[in-house]
Amino acid sequence: MSARDVVITGIGLVSSLGEGADTHWQKLSASGTKPVIDAERFAPYTIHPLPEIDWSLQIAKRGDQRQMETWQRLGTYVAGLALTDAGIKDNEDLCATMDMVVAAGGGERDVAVDSDILAASVQRDDFDVLLNEKLTTELRPTLFLAQLSNLLAGNISIVHKVTGSSRTFMGEEGAGVSAIETAAARIRSGQSTHMLVGGAFQTEHPDMLLGYELAGYLHRGEWKPVWQRQGAEGGGIVSGSGGAFLVLESREHAKKRGQRIYATLGPVASGRARRGKDELAAGIGKLLDTIDAPENGLLAISGASGAHKATATEKAVIDARTDIAARAFSTLTGHLKEAQFPFAVALAALAVANSAAYPPFEAGEKAFDGPLKSVLATTIGYHHFEGMALVSASD
Amino acid sequence: MTKFTDHLGRPVVAVTGIGVVTSLGVGKKDNWEALTAGRSGIHPITRFPVDQLNTRIAGTVDFLASSSKGASALTYELAETAAGEAITEAGFTIDDFGGPLFLASPPVELDWHDRLALYKGGDREPASDRLLEVARNLNSLEMFDSAQFASIADRLADRFGATGLPITLSTACASGATAIQLGVEAIRRGEAQRALSIGADGSATAEALIRFSLLSALSTSNDAPEKASKPFSKDRDGFVLAEGSAALVLESLESATARGATVLGIIQGCGEKADDFHRTRSKPDGSPAIAAVRAALADAGLGEDGIDYINAHGTSTPENDKMEHMSLSTVFGEHINRIPISSNKSMIGHTLSAAGAIEAAFSLMTMREGVIPPTINYDNPDPAIALDVVPNVKREASVRTVLSNSFGFGGQNTCLVMAREPV
Repeated sequence: MSARDVVITGIGLVSSLGEGADTHWQKLSASGTKPVIDAERFAPYTIHPLPEIDWSLQIAKRGDQRQMETWQRLGTYVAGLALTDAGIKDNEDLCATMDMVVAAGGGERDVAVDSDILAASVQRDDFDVLLNEKLTTELRPTLFLAQLSNLLAGNISIVHKVTGSSRTFMGEEGAGVSAIETAAARIRSGQSTHMLVGGAFQTEHPDMLLGYELAGYLHRGEWKPVWQRQGAEGGGIVSGSGGAFLVLESREHAKKRGQRIYATLGPVASGRARRGKDELAAGIGKLLDTIDAPENGLLAISGASGAHKATATEKAVIDARTDIAARAFSTLTGHLKEAQFPFAVALAALAVANSAAYPPFEAGEKAFDGPLKSVLATTIGYHHFEGMALVSASD
Repeated sequence: MTKFTDHLGRPVVAVTGIGVVTSLGVGKKDNWEALTAGRSGIHPITRFPVDQLNTRIAGTVDFLASSSKGASALTYELAETAAGEAITEAGFTIDDFGGPLFLASPPVELDWHDRLALYKGGDREPASDRLLEVARNLNSLEMFDSAQFASIADRLADRFGATGLPITLSTACASGATAIQLGVEAIRRGEAQRALSIGADGSATAEALIRFSLLSALSTSNDAPEKASKPFSKDRDGFVLAEGSAALVLESLESATARGATVLGIIQGCGEKADDFHRTRSKPDGSPAIAAVRAALADAGLGEDGIDYINAHGTSTPENDKMEHMSLSTVFGEHINRIPISSNKSMIGHTLSAAGAIEAAFSLMTMREGVIPPTINYDNPDPAIALDVVPNVKREASVRTVLSNSFGFGGQNTCLVMAREPV
C-alpha cells in the first residue's frame, strides 16, 4: 500500500437500469434482473434506452441544459453523480484543482435537417451547392457545439466547475481504456491528486447506430444475451444509452479528506492487437499477464460487446482459464462504446466494495464463490483496441 | 556533462525529429522559407462550391493526393506525411518507430458524399432507416473506418510501428499542444524513451466552414485572402479556417544523447487550465489563460523573465487577441514590452486540431534558425494591444526559450515552453 495508490472514491452510473452506483449494485447483484429493451423504435435493431432522468438534479440551469443535446447532457449528468458520490460536488477548491479525462465520440446531428437535404438531392444535380443552401439556412448555430467531442468536457467544466485540466480522448472503447490508464498514471506519478474520468454514449439516434452498422456490427432479430449471439442475424452488438464516471484519487488525498474508498485501482493495461493478423487471442493473454491476474479464482466484469469475432475470441481465452468467471454486463445495459471500460471498472469496484459477486447475467455464465479481493474488468473493443484493469479491496 | 533530469528530477524531453505540412507546402524547408518571407497560404476555396457562403477563403491543403477525398483521408495523409519527415529526421526506421503515438485530430463524421451515396442506394423511408439498411448491405470497411474515431491513429500505428494503444485526442484548438504534452508526460513518467506526437487537421469541409461561420468566428475578408488573417490588428474580423499537420519525435535527452541524435530543441514545460465560463467565449478576466501560462512556466522552472519569444495563439478574432494580450500582460508584467510575440496564423490561418503542434514545430525552428517569423498584415495596429508583434517582416534574434499558447473552444487551454538547449 502506498500514498500514491489510485483509489476509487466516486462512481456515477446511468444505464437503462436506472441511475446511481447503488441502484446498479442492487439490480445487478440480484438474481433474475431483466434487461430494459426497446425493439420497436429502431427496428430491426434493439436498444437499451435511457431511463427517465430529471436533468435539473445535476444541471441546475435550464440555459445550460438547452446548450446541449442528450449525449452531452447525459455525460454531464453522470459526471455530476460521480462528483456527488465522492463528496466533491460544489466543493470549489477540489473542483478547481481536479483534472479530467473524458472518453468521447461525437454528439447528435440534426436528423430533420439531414433528411431534408437528402430528400432535396433527388431533384438536384448540384449536391454541393444544395448542401451550402441548406446548411447555411437550416443549421442551428449551437448544434455544432452539441456535436463537438471535446464539449462534453467543456460542459462539465461549465456546469460542475471542474477546471484543473481537461482532456478528451476519442476512439470508441479504446478511448475509455486510455482515459483510465492515463488518469491512473498521472496519480501514481504524483502529477495529479484527484481526477474525474469517464464517458457517456447516447445510442438513441440513427447516426449512432449507423456508426456500427457501416460494417454490419449490430445484432438484428430477437434479443439475446451477449455470449449467445454467435450465428444470430446481424453482427452481434446491441447498444445502450448510458454513462460511467469515476473519481480517482491518490490514497493519501482520499484519506486526508476522510473520503470513503470503494476500491483500489490496480494495474491497467491496454493493447492494440492487429486483428487482421489474428493477434487478438494472444493480445488478450498478454493483457492478463501484464496486470498479473490472480489464478486462484477470479470474477471478471467483461465489457464484451457481442460483436461476433471479438466476443468469441474473448470467450475462448476466458474459457481456457477455468478459474475465471465472466459477467458480460452488456446483456443488461447494452454496449456503451466509449463508456464501456469505465462502466466495467465501476462494476468491478462495486463488487469489491460489497465483497459479493454478481450472479450470472445469463444462463451460460459460471457461478462464482471464489475470493473477491480482486476483480478483473475487461473491455475488448468490437473493432479494435482492448484493455483490462484489476480492481482490488482497499486494505 | 549534460544533465538528463530537470528541476523536478524528471527526464528532460528533447525533440529529435520535426515534420510539418501547411497550406504553404510540404516539409520544413518550404514552410520555413515561406514563413520567414512573410508569405500567406490563404487563398480562395476551390475544393467545394462557395455559393451562399459568407466566407469563401481558407488555408486548405489542396496539393496532396487525398485533398479531395474527404476529411478522414486527408487528415490521415497529413499526419502520415509529417510523421514520415519527423521519424526520418530523427533517424528511426520508418516502420519500426518503437514508441507510443499521440494524435490530435478533428472529430470524424461520415462524409456528406458517403451519406448521399447510401441514400441513393435504396428507397426506404424515412431516410435514416434507409441509410442503415443500405449501409449494412454494403458493409464498406472503408466507409466504416472513415467514421470511426480510432481509425486514423490505428493506421498510423501500423504504418510507423508505434507501440501500444494509440491515443487520439481533442482539446479543440489546443489539441496539437495536448498531443505533445501527453508525449512529454509519458517520457517523464518513464513509460517510454520516445514518443510520436502528431497534430493533423484536414477537416475544412463546407459544413465545417458553415458551422464556424454561424458562430461568427470566421473572417469574411474574401477579396484579399492573403490579407484576411490579421492578428492584433484593429480591423481583425475573425480567424481563417485552415488545414495542416505537424509531428514531433520526442525523446528523453538521455536516449537521444546516447544514440548520438541531433537535439533540435527541448520541451521544457507544459501547462493547462480549463475555463468554466462559456462554450465559445473565454472568461473575461483571462484567469484560465493566465493560469495555463503560469503553469507552463512553473513546469519549466522559469520565471516571468525566462521567455525570449512568444508564439501567440493569435487567431485574429476580436476576442482572442484581446484576451491573449491581457493575459500575457498580467503574467509577464513589464517584461512583456521586451518580448517579441508573433502569430504564425497570420500566414497559415487557424489549423484547429493541428495548430498547437504546427506552432510548436515553428517555435523550435525559430530558436534553431535564430529568426522570428513575422505577424503579417499588421497594417492597422490595435492601439489597445501594445505588443511587439514582429510586424510584417521577419527578425533575426537569438531565441533561447519560447512560450507557445493554445486556447481552445470549450475552454481547454494548453501552453508549452520550449528551449533551444538543455538547461
